Amino acid sequence: MTARDDALLVLADGTTFEGEAFGAEPPNGVATGEVVFNTVLSGYQEVITDPSYAGQVITFTYPHIGNYGVTAHDAESRKSFCRGVVVRDVARRPSNWRAEEQLDLDAYLRRLGVPGITGIDTRRLTRHIREAGSMPCAFGTADERALKEAAANEPGTDGVDLAAAVTTAEPYTVGEGPFRVVAYDFGIKTTILRHLSGIATVEVVPANTPADDVLAREPHGVFLSNGPGDPAAVTYASDAIGRLLGNVPVFGICLGHQLMATALGATTYKLKFGHHGGNHPVRRLLDSSIEITSQNHNYAVDGASLDAADVTHVNLNDGVVEGIRCRDAAAFSVQYHPEAGPGPHDAAYLFDEFRDLMEGHN
Amino acid sequence: MPKRTDIESILLIGSGPIVIGQACEFDYSGTQACRILKAEGYRTILANSNPATIMTDPDFADRTYVEPLDPEVLAKIVERERPDALLPTLGGQTALNLAMSLSNAGVLDEFGVEMIGANAVAIETAENRERFKEAMTEIGLKVPSSGFAYSLDEAVAIAEQIGFPVIVRPSYILGGAGTGMADDRESFVEIARTGLAASPITEILIERSIAGWKEYELEVMRDRADNCVVVCSIENLDPMGVHTGDSITVAPAQTLSDVEYQRMRDAAFSCIRRIGVDTGGSNIQFAVNPADGDMVVIEMNPRVSRSSALASKATGFPIAKIAARLAVGYTLDEIPNDITRSTPASFEPTIDYVVTKVPRWAFEKFPGSADVLGTRMQSVGEAMAIGRTFPESLQKGMRSLEHGRWGLNCDPAETAFDDLTDDELVRRAAIATPDRPFQLEAALRRGVTVDRLYEATAVDPWFLDQILQITEERQRLAAISGIDGMTRRDWRRAKRLGFGDAQLAYLWGADERDVRTARLDAGVRATFKTVDTCGAEFDARTPYHYSTYEDEDEVRPGDKPKVVILGSGPNRIGQGIEFDYCCVHASFALRDAGYETVMVNCNPETVSTDYDTSDRLYFEPLTYEDVMNVVDAERPEAIVVSLGGQTPLKLASRLPHELIAGTSPESIDLAEDRERWNALCARLAIPQPAGGTAVTIDDALEVAGRIGYPALLRPSYVLGGRAMEIVYDEDGLRRAMAELARFGSLGKEGGLSAERPVLIDRFLEDAIEVDVDAIRDHTGDVVIGAVMEHVEEAGVHSGDSACAIPPPTLDHNVIEVIERYTREIAAELDVRGLVNVQYAVQAGQVFVIEANPRASRTVPFVAKATGVPLAKVAARVMLGATLAELRAEGLLTDRIDGGHVAIKEAVLPFNRFPGVDTILGPEMRSTGEVMGIDATFGLAFAKSQLAAGDKLPETGMVFLSLADRDKPTGVVAARRFVDLGFTLAATAGTAAAFEAEGVPVSEIVAKVGEEHETGATTAVDLIASGKVTLVVNTPRGRGARTDGQYIRLAAARHDVPTLTTVAAALAAAGGIHDRSIHELRVRSLQEYHDEEQLRLDL
Ligand SMILES: Nc1ncnc2c1ncn2[C@@H]1O[C@H](COP(=O)(O)OP(=O)(O)O)[C@@H](O)[C@H]1O
Ligand SMILES: Nc1ncnc2c1ncn2[C@@H]1O[C@H](COP(=O)(O)OP(=O)(O)O)[C@@H](O)[C@H]1O
Ligand SMILES: [Mg+2]
Ligand SMILES: [Mg+2]
Repeated sequence: MTARDDALLVLADGTTFEGEAFGAEPPNGVATGEVVFNTVLSGYQEVITDPSYAGQVITFTYPHIGNYGVTAHDAESRKSFCRGVVVRDVARRPSNWRAEEQLDLDAYLRRLGVPGITGIDTRRLTRHIREAGSMPCAFGTADERALKEAAANEPGTDGVDLAAAVTTAEPYTVGEGPFRVVAYDFGIKTTILRHLSGIATVEVVPANTPADDVLAREPHGVFLSNGPGDPAAVTYASDAIGRLLGNVPVFGICLGHQLMATALGATTYKLKFGHHGGNHPVRRLLDSSIEITSQNHNYAVDGASLDAADVTHVNLNDGVVEGIRCRDAAAFSVQYHPEAGPGPHDAAYLFDEFRDLMEGHN
Repeated sequence: MPKRTDIESILLIGSGPIVIGQACEFDYSGTQACRILKAEGYRTILANSNPATIMTDPDFADRTYVEPLDPEVLAKIVERERPDALLPTLGGQTALNLAMSLSNAGVLDEFGVEMIGANAVAIETAENRERFKEAMTEIGLKVPSSGFAYSLDEAVAIAEQIGFPVIVRPSYILGGAGTGMADDRESFVEIARTGLAASPITEILIERSIAGWKEYELEVMRDRADNCVVVCSIENLDPMGVHTGDSITVAPAQTLSDVEYQRMRDAAFSCIRRIGVDTGGSNIQFAVNPADGDMVVIEMNPRVSRSSALASKATGFPIAKIAARLAVGYTLDEIPNDITRSTPASFEPTIDYVVTKVPRWAFEKFPGSADVLGTRMQSVGEAMAIGRTFPESLQKGMRSLEHGRWGLNCDPAETAFDDLTDDELVRRAAIATPDRPFQLEAALRRGVTVDRLYEATAVDPWFLDQILQITEERQRLAAISGIDGMTRRDWRRAKRLGFGDAQLAYLWGADERDVRTARLDAGVRATFKTVDTCGAEFDARTPYHYSTYEDEDEVRPGDKPKVVILGSGPNRIGQGIEFDYCCVHASFALRDAGYETVMVNCNPETVSTDYDTSDRLYFEPLTYEDVMNVVDAERPEAIVVSLGGQTPLKLASRLPHELIAGTSPESIDLAEDRERWNALCARLAIPQPAGGTAVTIDDALEVAGRIGYPALLRPSYVLGGRAMEIVYDEDGLRRAMAELARFGSLGKEGGLSAERPVLIDRFLEDAIEVDVDAIRDHTGDVVIGAVMEHVEEAGVHSGDSACAIPPPTLDHNVIEVIERYTREIAAELDVRGLVNVQYAVQAGQVFVIEANPRASRTVPFVAKATGVPLAKVAARVMLGATLAELRAEGLLTDRIDGGHVAIKEAVLPFNRFPGVDTILGPEMRSTGEVMGIDATFGLAFAKSQLAAGDKLPETGMVFLSLADRDKPTGVVAARRFVDLGFTLAATAGTAAAFEAEGVPVSEIVAKVGEEHETGATTAVDLIASGKVTLVVNTPRGRGARTDGQYIRLAAARHDVPTLTTVAAALAAAGGIHDRSIHELRVRSLQEYHDEEQLRLDL
């Protein structure tokens, strides 16, 4: 067994955890980011490669991570944008027929350039985040003082436009479904593209693409992707969306949902520690049915500030607005991830609804 | 959708006696359901024949019928109670089958009873393997290729078409009885024949074997609005081919990618929807090909199951409780999550630890049975362990088993494989047996690679590599060479891989206490985490904890005085649900009395490990180390060790003495230590069978020479008559002594030594055995719970014999003597709490056999027969209350005495161990018990037999074959059978004895082996012909395969009720007689416990 170097994880409030380093070596033995926790039992590769985690250090609450290896199919983007991975135990011998041979999580993170720390009492960390809220952290093999300083200086994600950092530089096209959909890439996940590709030819455009450029592509529908960070910092996108609404059917997921809401004049707020997991119950108000959903967000739409849209879905745990539908435009969005990747498929019907919306509109 | 108001009363069927494949888990689910339905305001009617259950406490339902679980009896209950609904999904396969027969017989329609939870069509579709396969194929799910056969010829044709190896599975059976795997035509024919016989509808499924694939289970719930959730995923460490009940299983699934897991989840939902389970929980089993991910459905259980109990304990999501609510109309989102209280039940639990379940077997009690695991379940119990990682939970699981192992090897028993070559070790590990996990570790330690072991065993490489991490750590620790070399990091690392202090002590040749002290000095102590359904995302309200070695401890003890109650660990023969009943009752009683109760146990099936039974639950192994961790964390006022059977009692002497509640460890030892016990009896002038103790064969011969034969041999400090034997001569004595000294299973449990000698007693022949349960308080006041007279004579273990309250034949003078002795013994032992004393009455003289100053197996039976809550009273007395105070409080009531008779009958697992002789002896082998209660001894006995699965015949032929000493009484029994209209058949000697007394025998059969000379039919032929409706066969000594053994095996095979004592035959004749003149009547415990009403009624 390869001996790992001792490492520490230090939170901005000074709380310290002992562990061992794995994955990529961060410069000077210091990695930083905003620490959040995710409660999925499986799907670590999808989570680690989900661009929505840009700027964040992901703590997995499930202790064994890496058990079934990694495979190209499960990557949610071409690289990883997260700042680090915190686990209790990293598997050294993955086992699964789908796994790419010889690639354990340690090697995979090194390949992605993502540092990790293992051996952490992740439950203590999670409880701490639950009580104190998500906050900046630093971890690595550097000494405690250096890490403390780094944690204190780490800005966090509030007010930062992280979408700009993860979006595609150039437009590109995927899929060959019957419809034409323009998809705003605020950090789009591969699984979403896979779903959309089944119904449309998808033209993926950068986050800052103006509305006119989008309309010039004559889409049957516009898709607003998921993405990292604070929606309030992505004002250019809400402006563009504001101009699209009413002209073309719109479907948004996660950050896309928040941006649609802000485009409609609503406000967003930051949750204490966000929703990151695969088990959130959401009620679909239309028929009161319950969907178990995959979620990953720190910000949410303030229901009270919504007046141009109706709430269609709510989170049963804490009442957070999970879905809205515009009153005057063919547009709807959800806070959670109907595409799953990872997570349950309960809400996959939303992609059909998007197709139906485009069909009805044209 | 709120709860239904169109139904007011609900009938719940329990699962009956504990048998292999159907154990305490249904007491857990049934108890939860009863509590919920009552709380929801429904009138609940419960039917369950098992008196040892907590659910059959009269407090849990409005009407509790401890009556046989038989369609005719159930129909009576329905007719009497007119329930609006029947909830059949919480009582295992037994309840489902009964519900189906009530439905098919038209009883439900006749009385307008609606089946809730699952309907008949859904049950039929799930249970009938053919219809199930059709249904799965219809919704696009794969099943292993297969065909159904209704005859042997058909079976062979199908098997040849599918190609070997194949697996044979009978329809409508429990726990895989009659199931088997065949590699070729020859073995197939035998298995198919047994399978056809085992199926109540003579149907078997022949299926392509996919042994070696990965096996998974999903626990799914559905509500009437069609919302579905997965509560838990479970992965079997032992791949397909080993029954999940016999597999080490792990939650959550470890080696499935999310893509595969979600596909399985989708399949599970399509399955439950297609089958049409309207509401409640189901268990769906899948197999996945490790080479390409191909997934097939194996089976679905449309009800709560053993696995759902495990899933509930593993996640904190109480499946049965929620299933009961769903059945009465709630939807998942209307039910709050108990643990967070702020979130609804319509979510999927996530966990941040690893749960490992390890089965416990009892092969050593069934000589002649191979300890090979297969598709038929054979384990009698299980332990569950929680750790933050798999290695930690696996090692905790191993030491929870109390099978003499301290973890995954690194203990004295690990040397068992030392003499094997690597190849031989790998070859053995390839066959699934209880030893396999230890063999895997031993092989890895020798350097056998993970890949080679995977090749040989199909145990997933991930699991093997996790075990390898234990191995590597052990080697590192061994290199450190002792306590002094250990740093804080070293300690932490070892403990995080689950090593117990005892294992480390073994490794270093140190004392466990020194290891503990040094470790604590290094600052490495157990931390307790919480099971909260949500991976710490929300604040947990329910204090359900497990230990691990992390930074943070979450325990929040309250300020009330605390009592720690030690449970009884995994079920085993001799120690089962009865002790859980006692622990749970203690917890209830002490909570009511203002204490904070803290339960420690590791059995996932039980009510005691329900998180709302006690103020705090620690799901922990019952070892010194693990218990002390809890004691250190809780700082209790007292520890209750005498209600959980032998497990906690064995720990008592090592725990802080001042904390032991009730009877002191000193007194416990006084009763166990043969010399001191003998001295005590001598002092009190209470006769004992003559006897002595021996460590060597010479000692033994000396003792036997003094007391004479037959003699009874047994090891000390064991429960359930483990390894006890009657010897009739010197040869027998020599053989038995050699057996006891050998490093066999008993060796694992400690072997022979001066501290653990063999006890040798004169065996009292033809003696009536009597059991007494009593409670004594610190003022010396004693209450006698009951005097129970056994039906079978002394020599049949008390746990295996039927017994009656009140004593049917004992003279009242004898009873007085017994009660007096009991008081004297209790006083001399300074008992504070329960004491059980066993006696043998030979020719009117009372001998004491043993006294146990602790709760006995019969406590719940006595409580139900007499209406006195013995366990609750005992718990209070142990903490200082006096009987007088408890009487004043109303807790201790007088025994009801309405003239009714209650009989407890044992249920034996012989059908699981084909080829094992069904004879009863001093070693206990029953797994469970039932109670028959009625107006007369005969009626109660007949009910007890019916409840135990042996319906006494009304007419036909009784076949008798008796030992010489049984013949005089046998004649009396035979005459009674003739009077009842039966014809008799007998073996020559027995027939001669009968005819000499003028009892007519219509058929005399030849001894097996003599038929060729005489051309006569043998007993076996006669039984096979189907003419015989009852067999009475008493053994003629033990040892070689006797005629009797063939007779009993034939009877077992053809399902003819068999009695192995004349006493039982007499009782049966009484039962048949009383049944012939009285109509079947059912009554609830509540009615029995109402003395005035009962007097009028009987
Ligand atoms: N086709 C098969 N090939 C190999 N093993 C099988 C097959 N089907 C079932 N088994 C094994 O037999 C066990 C019992 O089968 P199951 O259908 O679950 O019956 P039960 O009702 O007894 O639980 C399973 O747990 C599995 O290990
Ligand atoms: N001296 C004896 N004569 C006849 N039967 C005996 C004698 N001693 C014990 N037995 C029988 O053996 C059984 C088990 O013995 P016991 O001492 O009660 O062991 P355990 O501790 O396992 O209950 C008893 O139930 C009784 O039937
Ligand atoms: Mg099964
Ligand atoms: Mg006994």
